[in-house]
This record gives sequence, C-alpha cells and structure tokens, in this order.
Amino acid sequence: MHPPLDEAAIPRFGVGMKFRFDSTRDAWIILGPERLFLPDEHAVEVLKLINGTNTVAAIAASLAARFDAPLDTITADIWPMLQGLAASGAVRL
Amino acid sequence: MTAPAPLGLIAELTHRCPLQCPYCSNPLALDTVANELPTEAWLRVLDEAAAIGVLQMHFTGGEPMARRDLPTLIRRAADHQMYTNLITSGVTLTDQAMRGLMDAGIDHIQLSFQDIDPASNDRIGAHPNAFTKKHAAAARIREAGLPLTLNFVIHRANCARVPEMIAFAEAEGAQRLEIAHVQYYGWGLRNRAALLPTRAQLDTSTEVVEAARLRLRNKMVIDYVVPDYHASRPKACMGGWAQRFINISPAGKALPCHAAETLPGFNFPSVTTHSLAQIWESEAFTRYRGTDWMPEPCRSCDRREIDWGGCRCQAFALTGDAGVTDPACELSVDHGLMAAAVVESAEEAPAFIYRRFGALQEV
Repeated sequence: MHPPLDEAAIPRFGVGMKFRFDSTRDAWIILGPERLFLPDEHAVEVLKLINGTNTVAAIAASLAARFDAPLDTITADIWPMLQGLAASGAVRL
Repeated sequence: MTAPAPLGLIAELTHRCPLQCPYCSNPLALDTVANELPTEAWLRVLDEAAAIGVLQMHFTGGEPMARRDLPTLIRRAADHQMYTNLITSGVTLTDQAMRGLMDAGIDHIQLSFQDIDPASNDRIGAHPNAFTKKHAAAARIREAGLPLTLNFVIHRANCARVPEMIAFAEAEGAQRLEIAHVQYYGWGLRNRAALLPTRAQLDTSTEVVEAARLRLRNKMVIDYVVPDYHASRPKACMGGWAQRFINISPAGKALPCHAAETLPGFNFPSVTTHSLAQIWESEAFTRYRGTDWMPEPCRSCDRREIDWGGCRCQAFALTGDAGVTDPACELSVDHGLMAAAVVESAEEAPAFIYRRFGALQEV
C-alpha cells in the first residue's frame, strides 16, 4: 500500500546518494552508502528531473509533454515508482 | 570465465589499529607498517580502478585513519568520480581530521561501535574511552552533513542489547545501521567459543531487527547479517568469488575477499607487479568464479547462482578444502561441523584472545 498521491511533494535524492552516468557500463547509476542501484529506463527519466525544486506534478507534466502521454497515466505510473525509490533510500519524498 | 567489471575496490590501507577487537576480519598474520604500500602505489591503483570501471572505493584497515595520506587517496578517488566510503573506528576522528576528509571529498563514513554499553564497548575493543570518542565522531559526521552508517558487530557478549543499539542509531540520526553477527574466520574463528551465540540468542536478535525494520521503513535502512552456524543455506560470500570486488591488502596483495590470504595453493597477484585488469582475469580470481568449478551438491543445485556455493574461506577453514560446498549448507556432507560448534555456544565463554601484533605468540 502506497501513501495517497501528493502532487506537491518535491522528490530529492537521499542523503549521500549520487546519480550519474557510468561510461564503462553505458548506464545511469545511483551510488550511495555501501549501496548501488541500477535504475531501469523509466526510472532514469524520472530521476533526471529531480533537481530539488521540481514537484511530483511538475515531473509528471514534463514527462507527459515529452512522451505525448496522458498526464493521469504518467502520474499514476511515477507515484508508486517514487515510493519504491524512497523505500530503498535512493530518494526522499 | 570472465566477469563484468568489478563494482567495488576494498583498500585495506593498513593493519595498524588502536582497537584490538577479538573478531577482527584482518588475517591472523598482520602486515607490518614496513610492508605497507607507499602513497604513489595506492594512487596508481586508484587510477587503474577508475579505468576498469570500479564505482565505489572502500577505505578500510586496520584503522585507515592511521595512514596520513588518507585524504590524498580519497581526493584521487573523488577526482575519478568514484564513491568514497571510509570504514573507521572513529577514535581518531578529531575536528581537524574531519575537515581533512571533507576537503578531500569523502562521500560516506561507516562508524563502528563494539557495544552500546560504554564499559563493554571499551572492553571488547580494548581501548579506554573508545565509546566517548566514537560518540563524538558520530556528531562530527552528522554536523558535516554526511550520511552516517553505524556498525555494530554482535555476538554472545552483546547481542542482548540490540534494541538499545537500534534506539541509539535512531537518536544519532543514522541513515543506515549494520547489525552484523561475527563472521567466523581469522580472529573470529580463533575466538569462536567466546563469541558464537546460542540459537535462542540469535532468534531474539533477529526478531528485534525485523520488527525495527518495519517500524523504521523509509527512515533508516537496517542491514542484518546472521552467523552461518545457525543457517541452513550459505551466504553469497562477496556476491560470489571475484564477481564484484577486489580487496587489496596493506602490502598490495590482491584478493577476492579479505580472508582469502588464508587459502593455500594460491599465487595471489600483487598490485606492485600486476595491473588491476590483469588481476581481475588472473588464475587466482577466476578459479572459483561462476559455477564451472562447483562439485556436487552445488553443481546441480537450483541455488547455485544465488549463493555461489557459499564461502571458499569457510570451506577451507572447516574442512581443509577450499573447493567443496560451504559447510553452512545443510546439503554439505560437512554440515555437522557447524552443529558441533553450536554445542560449544551453550558452554561458558572463555576469555578473548585480542587481535594485536604478536598476539599469536601468547597462545
């Protein structure tokens, strides 16, 4: 069970988490305290929009415009994804 | 068999340490300061590590802060965008040392405690006032804005206090807490009769940790490591032999794990004569990599790519053969060795044999 949708929440990376591209593996990675995450391509698009000011609503709107997809569908997809990232400690909500 | 690039490099910078914990993961035969790699050699190792794709640098020891060039090494790793992790006892983490680490670009510090009871903490590490110094170190790490991991190694002398350890980590604002039962190699194996918990002690600590994980979800990550002796399946030691990590000893020997130096019949390459790329594909690193080396019951087991046959060092330490199934597995013909040791755990605990240079002569 996820908490109810909070479109005003501002996702941030967890303390000590670094999101960067790794040229050896040709992949985006999240490095953290004795942890390493390999986000899938959907998560990568969301993570690229985390900048400390973008809200969940802003991230959803950006993706909806870019992929020409319905805003509701995008929002419904990224909220549980962000919850999963938060549970891992990679992201704070 | 070749493997993807290593994810992490564990740099055991020194075996010198102000603490003498009787379960230390260092080998019984400690490297002396005269044999330690010089700064230039470590800098070259860091350059090579970045070049072959290492993502995380773990600076450990002994006490890595005993090396005065630690900030220089951290800075080089940070310059290469590798994630820098310091594993420390914290007893020498002064304000000045903390500033040096921050200026160098440290990403994360794992701070060890030996117990939550100060007197017991200081007794296990054999270091007066260690608890007070560690507590001050935790505050410095937090005030610097770094993520904080607290590490408690637990055993029969302190595992009753896991609830207090968790409460302490919460109060200190730790992002991550490691509650790790002693692993029985090297010094830990030597002190097994003094350290191995009973089944009831293990079960109690496990229940406490599981309840805390639920309660602290999204607030603090708790990593929990159980002792193999009460297990029915082995752990995937180091994520499989030479699949994720390279461990470099203070003298520069490259090992698939910190305990591998105990294995006979190996010619572990040195970073003074081999590049990390050569080391990663060397005979020592490929011998037990993957599944080709496996005997039965591992070879046909559906968990062979989950636990990778368990730990080679434990197989050797208990059976004398590094190439057999880890006795931690209930399918191993040697699993009874584990049960025999568990019987000991109900008996009176002998005194600790402290980890120190020259300690073996005293025994």
